[in-house]
Amino acid sequence: MKKLTGAQIVIESLMAEGVDIVFGYPGGAILPTYDALLDSKIRHILVRHEQGAVHMAEGYARVTGKAGVVLVTSGPGALNTVTGIADAYMDSTPLVVITGRVSTSLIGNDAFQEADIVGVTRPCTKHNYLVKDVKDLGRIIKEAFYIATTGRPGPVLVDLPKDVQQAQCLFKYPDKVELRGYKPVIKGNLRQIERAVDAIERSSKPLLYVGGGVQWSNAAPELFELATGLGIPVTETLMGLGSFPASHPLRLGMLGMHGSYGTNTAVCHTDCLIAIGARFDDRVTGRISDFAPNAECIIHIDIDPSSISKNVKVDIPIVGDIKNVLSDMLRIVKSRESLAKRKPVWAKWHEQILQWHREKPLYERRDGVSHITPVQVIEELHAVTKGDCIIATDVGQHQMWVAQLFPFERPRSLLTSGGLGTMGYGLPAGIGAKLAAPDRTVVVVSGDGSIQMNIQELATAVEYGVDVKVIIMNNYFLGMVRQWQEKFYNERYSYSAMAVPDFVKLAAAFGAHGFRIERPGELSATMREAFKTPGPVLIDIVIPKEEEVMPMIPPGGAMSEMLFA
Amino acid sequence: MPRHTISVLVENQFGVLARVVGLFAGRGFNIQSLTVNEEPLDPTVSKIVLVTSGPDEILEQINKQLNKLIPVIKVVDYQAVDTVEREMMLVKVSVDDRNRAELDSIISAFRGHVVDIGPRAVTVEVTGDTNKIQAFIALVRPFGIKEVVRTGSVAMARSVQLNNGAKRQAREDS
Repeated sequence: MKKLTGAQIVIESLMAEGVDIVFGYPGGAILPTYDALLDSKIRHILVRHEQGAVHMAEGYARVTGKAGVVLVTSGPGALNTVTGIADAYMDSTPLVVITGRVSTSLIGNDAFQEADIVGVTRPCTKHNYLVKDVKDLGRIIKEAFYIATTGRPGPVLVDLPKDVQQAQCLFKYPDKVELRGYKPVIKGNLRQIERAVDAIERSSKPLLYVGGGVQWSNAAPELFELATGLGIPVTETLMGLGSFPASHPLRLGMLGMHGSYGTNTAVCHTDCLIAIGARFDDRVTGRISDFAPNAECIIHIDIDPSSISKNVKVDIPIVGDIKNVLSDMLRIVKSRESLAKRKPVWAKWHEQILQWHREKPLYERRDGVSHITPVQVIEELHAVTKGDCIIATDVGQHQMWVAQLFPFERPRSLLTSGGLGTMGYGLPAGIGAKLAAPDRTVVVVSGDGSIQMNIQELATAVEYGVDVKVIIMNNYFLGMVRQWQEKFYNERYSYSAMAVPDFVKLAAAFGAHGFRIERPGELSATMREAFKTPGPVLIDIVIPKEEEVMPMIPPGGAMSEMLFA
Repeated sequence: MPRHTISVLVENQFGVLARVVGLFAGRGFNIQSLTVNEEPLDPTVSKIVLVTSGPDEILEQINKQLNKLIPVIKVVDYQAVDTVEREMMLVKVSVDDRNRAELDSIISAFRGHVVDIGPRAVTVEVTGDTNKIQAFIALVRPFGIKEVVRTGSVAMARSVQLNNGAKRQAREDS
């Protein structure tokens, strides 16, 4: 065994975990670890604001499935990570956030740049640690990665006092963790899975409702086999988009507040709802008492027992890892020949849903309009990328247009802030994604409001030559706020109009390229040119403020209250 | 709202209590009583017993979230279980020569102990479930209570379960 400082132990432990990239920002209390970092092979991305570091780590984690790592200093540095950590917690994203802390002798003394980040992040981390003794450090980092990436993934914070980073001890990285209070259930109960298959067989209108858990569990192939093998239609939550290929006829797209008429009508009529890695969020269910009113049986597969029967009472809960549970389910399904007799019934049900879709498609074609429409932007984006790209979005109307209209063919292609709804997520998440997958095309779709939160990370993208293409759907308004004010606040637009900078000049000032598109005729050619331009590019596309995300179920409303354009 | 006595076995480490009570505080739930102690047989773990009131389905959710906390090893909600519950109270009661005999008879009826005697007050130790403790307070209140301190409830499941869940629930609902 070698004698190492705490700072060296951090770096050795990160290397042992296979960490190749760290997002961070140095400062007083973390300097010993930054000093040790300089001697390692780990790549460091210097961000411009700590929140950016966390979203980059989230983008990295969503694309790779590995934990994203963040390294920041104490006090303001640590506190600036909180929004990102809460975002990762809501969207089950594995992170290990290492924060410097004032020396142990100063803790609680209102020392310079002191904050109780462990106390602050207790409700928004999966777990967090204050390291008081360098002898515990290796074990704690091992546990942090284990907790972050197993079970339902989530962020783990390790608060590291400066004197602990400087103290020395003999170091050997532990081989395994022993946590008697943490044993995620991986294998689903076989009798429950059997019951679920019974319920599906009995049903005439089964519907798969899939969320982000399918992607975290890498269970898209199993989902595909189950859905296509039986012919059961699939609707995805915002976080589930990409788990099932958009080009497949069984794919119904997003449900909920901005789901299509056909999809939400299917939810209203299903007699057997099969929820997989989804959590019955209020944006999905609307008014709980009116959600899936005809479902005689709700099956819920999830790794997190606390997600089950939280919002909606579930008839057949199955706690376990989705990939594992679906594999068992497929085995049962294949051995049961009687299921084949049900397929014609389910095909009729699928045809009925497609009929509803035809009755009220998402957006009607509007030819000959003089302005650029959101539909045109998404279609053009699809054309220019040939549909093969990772899209990171911010939060608002543009996010919903992407979710409704872009046909995601494979998992881990849409990075978006679903649970927390964090404006400013998109650009840094896109940077993190591009660093994780340099061979993929990465596009950030944002709005004029969202992009101005964390626009400083454009400097990071330029410094490291990160090739992200940023589309700004610019309507000089906080568009979604405006839409709610129009619909629910008597068109009283209280502080939602916004002056915006000249994004072309702004891009140039950062050392990036900027384009502006104002007329439909310019859209195709300029987009093509922008995407051909190497390095980070801002594309400012002007759309009218009257464009709305439709249809819409008012918050807390029922399906029957759906508003249409 | 039903009263829940919840026992939580946790790692005996700093910060764990804050995580546990934080789940209640975050939802605006008051904790009516709380006891925490190192386990005598295994000092690496600690047992928290707390009493709270709330709708059953929300407490079920809190229990699941308690189980999700990494340092929490086991959670038991005694709501549907026959238990022995005890708390202990020290109460300093005013007394004079005229009513000393009357107080003594109340104390012995409650199997309390006098643990301190002064010229104008005695301090009594009483142990029992919450109802017994409250009954004792009601009886000695006319004497004049100078000071009172109570522990939280501790609870244990009975070896033989007679009135299990359903009956108990019916009683509480009525």
